[in-house]
Amino acid sequence: MNFELPKLRFFAGRIVFWFGLGVLLFYLLFPFYWAIVSSLKTSNQLFATPISYIPQTPQWSNYASIFTTQPFGRFLLNSFLVAGGTTLLSLLFGVFAAYAIGRFEFRGRQPIYYAMLAVTMFPSISVLGGLFVLIRGLGLYDTIPGLIFTYMLFTLPFTIWVLTSFVREIPSELEEAAFIDGATPFQALHKVLLPMIAPGLVTAGLLAFIQAWNEFLFALTFTVNENSRTVPVAIALFSGTSSFELPWNLIMAASVVVTVPLLVLVLIFQQRIVAGLTAGAVKG
Amino acid sequence: MPLKNPRNPNRRYSLSAWRARTAWLLLTPSLLILVLVAAFPLFRSFQLSLFDVSILKFPLQLTWVGLDNYVALASDPRWWRSVWNTVVFTVISVGFETVLGLMIALLVHSEFKGRGLVRTAMLVPWAIPGVVSSQMWRWMFNDVYGVINDLFIKLRLIKTPMAWLAEPALVLPAIIAVDVWKTTPFMALILLAGLQGIPKELYEAARVDGASSVQQFWRITFPLLRPSLLVALIFRTLDALRVFDMIYIVAGTQIETISMSIYARQQLISFGLLGYGSAVSTGMFLILALYIAVYLVTLKVEVK
Repeated sequence: MNFELPKLRFFAGRIVFWFGLGVLLFYLLFPFYWAIVSSLKTSNQLFATPISYIPQTPQWSNYASIFTTQPFGRFLLNSFLVAGGTTLLSLLFGVFAAYAIGRFEFRGRQPIYYAMLAVTMFPSISVLGGLFVLIRGLGLYDTIPGLIFTYMLFTLPFTIWVLTSFVREIPSELEEAAFIDGATPFQALHKVLLPMIAPGLVTAGLLAFIQAWNEFLFALTFTVNENSRTVPVAIALFSGTSSFELPWNLIMAASVVVTVPLLVLVLIFQQRIVAGLTAGAVKG
Repeated sequence: MPLKNPRNPNRRYSLSAWRARTAWLLLTPSLLILVLVAAFPLFRSFQLSLFDVSILKFPLQLTWVGLDNYVALASDPRWWRSVWNTVVFTVISVGFETVLGLMIALLVHSEFKGRGLVRTAMLVPWAIPGVVSSQMWRWMFNDVYGVINDLFIKLRLIKTPMAWLAEPALVLPAIIAVDVWKTTPFMALILLAGLQGIPKELYEAARVDGASSVQQFWRITFPLLRPSLLVALIFRTLDALRVFDMIYIVAGTQIETISMSIYARQQLISFGLLGYGSAVSTGMFLILALYIAVYLVTLKVEVK
């Protein structure tokens, strides 16, 4: 009996381990599963008791309805334009700034580095009033360029932050050699450094794109028209024909449509994203 | 050290001066944008908070009121309620997320079949857009047709369906549950990166010396994980203090869960009180500035 006890404890431990893992997976994945199931139900099935946990007769037509009952295609296009534009501009300006901060010794480098960090930490709400007045004044209210402009508030410092950590990891000898050969800083950046921090560009670009794609507060506040509405606002403001019950099947269908590309992106680039997030967070 | 300027060999000036000039040139576009989109609006918000001004009339019609908006803010029970809500939400959510995140990180750190799969699954809540996951949970919490009531009744945790998002006592726990689901994976990923940085030899040595796994955790894992833990905590706390999207969508603007951000936006945009709303957002800015200052000092102490 005595020498069997460790074995018993081992198996008990295994059972607890796999049970814990099962509960964890259920907790992580069930809400998204439920969104998919709900998106395939008819209104009657949605509001029927008892609740069915598997779609009985999948209503794929729900996915068509979100594009016909409202200009959802337009919202998707707007989101792509906003997130794409924000990402490209952040990368363009971010590379220059990260090169300067990561490579050059100059007075004011440290304060600028910390100022960037501070900008990512402060709440965007504290600039909301001033920004509202500014974009009204610039004639950018309720426009796509207006959203791209305001999104630089959080994507640009974050991009600079991530790219700087990548620049610092590349030894500077190659650029020094380029300088001695008479290259300008822009040539050194373009020909020598840029190819080497390409993975950093992908990581920073992805994270900027995701941030901009998901942004809600500014999109809700700085747009009113459907022509400039982005997907998060559309999903939040989804309303049905009756004011009593929301069309949850359509809301969930729209949710699945905007989430799936993002999930695919994250799953493909998961190593890079985790590296970028932890680099931004841990090395800070 | 005087050196020839590589771009213009006829002019001579020091390499460091040339480098500083280049650096500032490279920084100019980013600095310009950030001044325009961050510094200027921040200053403008503070300026507006000293006026009585409506958001509905452009050009703005400003009436100077001095510090009146701040005096009103100091005795505004809804503002203080939003501060209280935000702090309670932050402390409880971040507390749960840290403990749960640490447990998940330890679980995933051990070697087993399908570990990659679990790591991938961990990214799912993080990858779902905040608005989408908020709507998902709002539907799951539905009082009549929600799946949470159904599951809890099946598991015999509750007897009758609950109005999770309408009952004053339940709505705060409900939004905390959503936040924990959404952000624990991020916490776990940072802690996992920290765990992977601890050399395995330490554990082997401890085992040779006869240390139990509990002792190993408190003597090796926990002290070495402290830096990652601290960083994860600080970032999550900041996020939680700024919370807007999730509470706004799941619980609306009800007093039981209104956060500082939601209250500021409500005053600024929904009520159109650009002056008073700016005072609210400046108040929030000051509270976060205090938190960040404390954090920077702590971090400095910690690093030294």
